[in-house]
Amino acid sequence: MRKGESEPVKNGSGLEDGMVISTDKLVRTFHVGRSELMALKEVSLQFRRGEFAGLVGPSGSGKTTLLNIIGTLDTPTSGSATVLGKRVEKLSPRQAASLRSRQIGFIFQTFNLLPVYTAYENVEFPLLLLGLSPAERRKKVTDALEWVGLGDRAKSKPTQLSGGESQRVAIARAVVKRPELVLADEPTANLDAENSHKILNTMVGLNRDLGTTFIFATHDEKVIRYLRRKVTLVDGRVAADVAQTPTGAGQ
Amino acid sequence: MTTLRLAIRNLRGAGIRTWLNAIALSFAFVAIIFGQGMLQGMNKQAEDASTAFEFAGGQYWQKNYDPYDPLTLEDAHASVPAALESLAAAGRAAPILVVAGSIYPQGRIKPVMLKGIDPGQKILALPTAALGDTAEELPILIGSRTAASTGLAVGDQVTVQWRDADGAFDARDGRVVEIMNTSVGTVDLGQVWVPLGTLRRLAGMPGEATIVTVAKGLRNAPTVDGWSFRTPAYLLSDLRQMVQSKTVGQSIMFGVLFLLAMLAIFDTQVLSVFRRRREIGMLVALGMTRAQVIVLFTLEGALHSILAAVLGVVYGGPFFYLLARHGFSLPGGDSWGFSMGDRLYPTFTAGLILGTTVLVFLVTTFVSWLPTRRIAKLKPTDALAGRGA
Repeated sequence: MRKGESEPVKNGSGLEDGMVISTDKLVRTFHVGRSELMALKEVSLQFRRGEFAGLVGPSGSGKTTLLNIIGTLDTPTSGSATVLGKRVEKLSPRQAASLRSRQIGFIFQTFNLLPVYTAYENVEFPLLLLGLSPAERRKKVTDALEWVGLGDRAKSKPTQLSGGESQRVAIARAVVKRPELVLADEPTANLDAENSHKILNTMVGLNRDLGTTFIFATHDEKVIRYLRRKVTLVDGRVAADVAQTPTGAGQ
Repeated sequence: MTTLRLAIRNLRGAGIRTWLNAIALSFAFVAIIFGQGMLQGMNKQAEDASTAFEFAGGQYWQKNYDPYDPLTLEDAHASVPAALESLAAAGRAAPILVVAGSIYPQGRIKPVMLKGIDPGQKILALPTAALGDTAEELPILIGSRTAASTGLAVGDQVTVQWRDADGAFDARDGRVVEIMNTSVGTVDLGQVWVPLGTLRRLAGMPGEATIVTVAKGLRNAPTVDGWSFRTPAYLLSDLRQMVQSKTVGQSIMFGVLFLLAMLAIFDTQVLSVFRRRREIGMLVALGMTRAQVIVLFTLEGALHSILAAVLGVVYGGPFFYLLARHGFSLPGGDSWGFSMGDRLYPTFTAGLILGTTVLVFLVTTFVSWLPTRRIAKLKPTDALAGRGA
């Protein structure tokens, strides 16, 4: 909870109403050779539905580790993380996969598009896993590509797309299933300023129009200017958690 | 179904790599079917020829007869029992009297088996009619191999010597009335066919025989005292063992070929798992379980065998059809050690093709799965960062 907010009401899943993520004294350690590295040190945070928030901090501060746990790609060493009503540490691999498949979208620094697929097929992929009909898939994929302004590049392979276009395809893929939550790990790190602003504006629009919660892990000032909430991590701890007025272009 | 669709899409996307693997595998596929078809054809041809020229529906052997011991021949003759005589009279059996003897072509001695057979018999494909259609006192039918080794030709006279029932040696001039072409060496090499009645008279063995060959399809062969019935399976067992021994060398060759193709698939999979770590991480992030990713990668590998089968049908189908229809010349003549014709006609049965397809599919699937086990140990976070595996 941030300073100045009213006392929340808890729902059946243990989450307060309107909360999509809650972590409690989250610890994650890694074995590095014979020593142990504590990447997260008792991190307790909550995020509400529809937030446009960022985990910021220098390299090694634990941003990506926290994002991975929220995204159920990793599990905490101790403490707990509740995401969309599910306790991450208690999920089986199948349950975690189901949660990711239905309710969480990912955007990565390196785009991670499936190289042999066209832009259309990349965006369609999550819908195939959900078992949607061809007609439903076609409509959703077309809409998603239109949202990100790539309706005319549907047949292009990743190698035929620029960095900015690739990241926009990745965004379309992340939001095509209308997830509750989109996690973006350094989404602009491989992009120039112009493309960064383009994709950030796209994400702001999706957040506004679809109500999707966006959480970023970034140390890019361009991204930080778009955030409405900035959680600063330093050395695995929450050093600051503040609401801010976004100043990015188009805000 | 989704995983299969994804696997097909991935294979399609991999383009030339997919086709190279499929082509390599299809070579192995076609080579295995070709080799096995050749052996099956060889086996069938040899069995058919032996059945037509020598064994028919089986043979009764006089109790002392041992084809591997010529010394037993002296006592290996007896009167044809009534039950077999009536079969012979009905054209359902052909008694054969075997007597050890020698011929003297161009002054040289050559040990032979004199075999008396009814010139009118229809049980065996031997051209015995020539023995009855002559005024010669001792007409002789020999095979082309014997003719070649003795220098005898049709119309040539040759002295024939034998030992009669009392152990006395006797001799007479015979004349070659026919030289037959047969792929069955055992009715040709060192065999001299003469009319049964004449041999019985000359050898002093009236009404006797050593072997009684029965017609194909004869059911319920009667039990006859002093005679043992040998089934076609028994008579062909030596031949089958010989063909089997030929398959060992072939199998090793095809095994190596198959291994190389499997190695290509295995290598592709190892490389695939290594190179596609980020993709694996992304697939997990998008909602697949690691088990599903393993199934996807295994399916991709296994589908190579389906593609290989399709390719094999495209270029192997016409090739096999032509081979089966027209056969091909066999080098080596009699060096195969069993009855082979001048041309070999491979046999490609549905069982062979289906069996090979299933075998290739199963082995490819297994080989494709082996490297994907690494995925089970791969952390999604490491995979997304391009680490691990």
